Amino acid sequence: MTTIATHDLSLSIGPRTLVQGLNWRAQAGECWSIIGRNGAGKSTLLRTLAGLQQPAAGAVEIRGRALRDWPLTELARERAFLAQSRHDAFAYSVIESVLSARHPYHANRYWEGSDDHQAALAALASMEVADLAARDVRTLSGGERQRVAIAALLAQQTPLLLLDEPANALDLAHQVSVMGLLARLCREQGKTVVMIGHDLNLAARISTHVLLLMGDGRWQAGSNQQTMQPSLLGDYLGHPIDMIEHAGHRIFIPKECPA
Amino acid sequence: MQASVPPMRQRATLIVGAMLAVSIAILLFAGMTGSIRVPLADMPDALRQLLLGRPESLAASLLELRASRALVAFATGGALALAGLMMQALLRNPLADPYVLGVSSGASVGALLALMLMASTLVIDAAALCGAVGVAMLLYLLARRDLRGGQAAEGGASMLLLTGVIVSALCASMITLMLSIAPEGRLRSMIFWLIGDLAGAPLRLAPWLVLAGALLYAMRNARAMNMVALHAENAVTLGVRVGALRKGLFFVSALLTASAVTSAGSIGFVGLIVPHACRFAFGPDHRVLVPASVLAGGAFLVLCDTLARTIVAPQQLPVGAITAMIGAPVFLYQLHRLRK
Repeated sequence: MTTIATHDLSLSIGPRTLVQGLNWRAQAGECWSIIGRNGAGKSTLLRTLAGLQQPAAGAVEIRGRALRDWPLTELARERAFLAQSRHDAFAYSVIESVLSARHPYHANRYWEGSDDHQAALAALASMEVADLAARDVRTLSGGERQRVAIAALLAQQTPLLLLDEPANALDLAHQVSVMGLLARLCREQGKTVVMIGHDLNLAARISTHVLLLMGDGRWQAGSNQQTMQPSLLGDYLGHPIDMIEHAGHRIFIPKECPA
Repeated sequence: MQASVPPMRQRATLIVGAMLAVSIAILLFAGMTGSIRVPLADMPDALRQLLLGRPESLAASLLELRASRALVAFATGGALALAGLMMQALLRNPLADPYVLGVSSGASVGALLALMLMASTLVIDAAALCGAVGVAMLLYLLARRDLRGGQAAEGGASMLLLTGVIVSALCASMITLMLSIAPEGRLRSMIFWLIGDLAGAPLRLAPWLVLAGALLYAMRNARAMNMVALHAENAVTLGVRVGALRKGLFFVSALLTASAVTSAGSIGFVGLIVPHACRFAFGPDHRVLVPASVLAGGAFLVLCDTLARTIVAPQQLPVGAITAMIGAPVFLYQLHRLRK
């Protein structure tokens, strides 16, 4: 089943075309990584998929229905979005920030119900931040804040997850566990994950599919096997890349710069 | 944390109930205090006479005067606190206040112009309202795109803030100009208007209707205000119509400010500090903050005004001269005690 699809989608910033004629679809159970250079339009694409931004041309469909035809609250039960960075102006507690993700589920209530609290606590536990529940979000470390934000995303309980650099600020152990959790959600619960990441090895380990963006309109989408090739990646990232095999995994390393 | 559902609701009820009790106590205090004290024992009888519309005893007549002034103060304080709270949520800036966007400066320009031309009270009020509405409209036209939100993640709010500060500065220079060319005899009333004064402010229904309407709007949107305070533009992905909410917050807080400054002049400090103090005491959840701020703002201004008319009695001070004098030490104490 197609979760999200784009039709002739074009994105531009000022006079620059970032993505041109993107025809792409993601099915339930697929885990996509978007890979490209800085400024190649990865975040612009993800924000457009989330409905936060209008494309220059073309359309985005979620479950066969154009984004603008979805009522916002219903759409919020279909897709969740993790922003690249956040600025906390007020002293909300961790549990309050995660409960806020339950907003689309209690439209007519003034207070959250016990089901919302259960979902929030379960999400916090899965991100190993349950002990932070009462803390002020502004006092958390960068990695803790990121895990709380991902917990909020999970508490939203949507079939489609859009994540802008989920591994940002996470330590090595949590990068691996968070990525593992996302892959498991796709595999076991049939969720669709679309995420941006800069770590090729993590992407190669957990993504089923990859979307490469060149930043001048060109793009390439395909399965992990098709796209995670050193020459192709080198083209799209603008730096030659080597691949080695280790314990059954492909490891990508940048080639030495000719000094 | 586990069983936090009923406590959240109970806590809110408790806070709002306590604030309500404090407000009533302060209103009673305002009624009893003055050049002639009304003893507590006489209050029930005086209140009864007042409610029946036939104030006969001295206590009842005194109470009538004081109650009408206290009710004006309460509506003004509540409106300023709610306007400040909305501005802080709209701009995602805890240092915003109802005056930051220049709506009150616009009102001041109108009112001072009318005062300088020796207009009647009604014309002064109308001119203040026109000034406030004029500036709000101008701001809206300039910042329409920023309010809608979208492309610029954090840019929208700061652009609106900057526009407001500049418009405010323009109004301030016009005020200075008027003060410097005003005839000597008009100067005192102009200064009192600028400081904010409740003496002679008539009790009207309109500010209460505005406050009630705004409170209803804020309560209905309290959860959405939380979303915008937490997630800014990204609240769209949680089903909040951010553009509509921002426009609503902007217009409702401008209306509140206009209504408050029209009845009492530009009283400072309440709109900034009351929401801030409530946030310190009760947390940032707008579902609690909205009713608590209105009650706290109202009660605070009634208390300040009672002191303003009694400290150096029989002379009356403008209430705006008192608000910061009482509020600042209380707030500083709270700030530093909590930080420890």
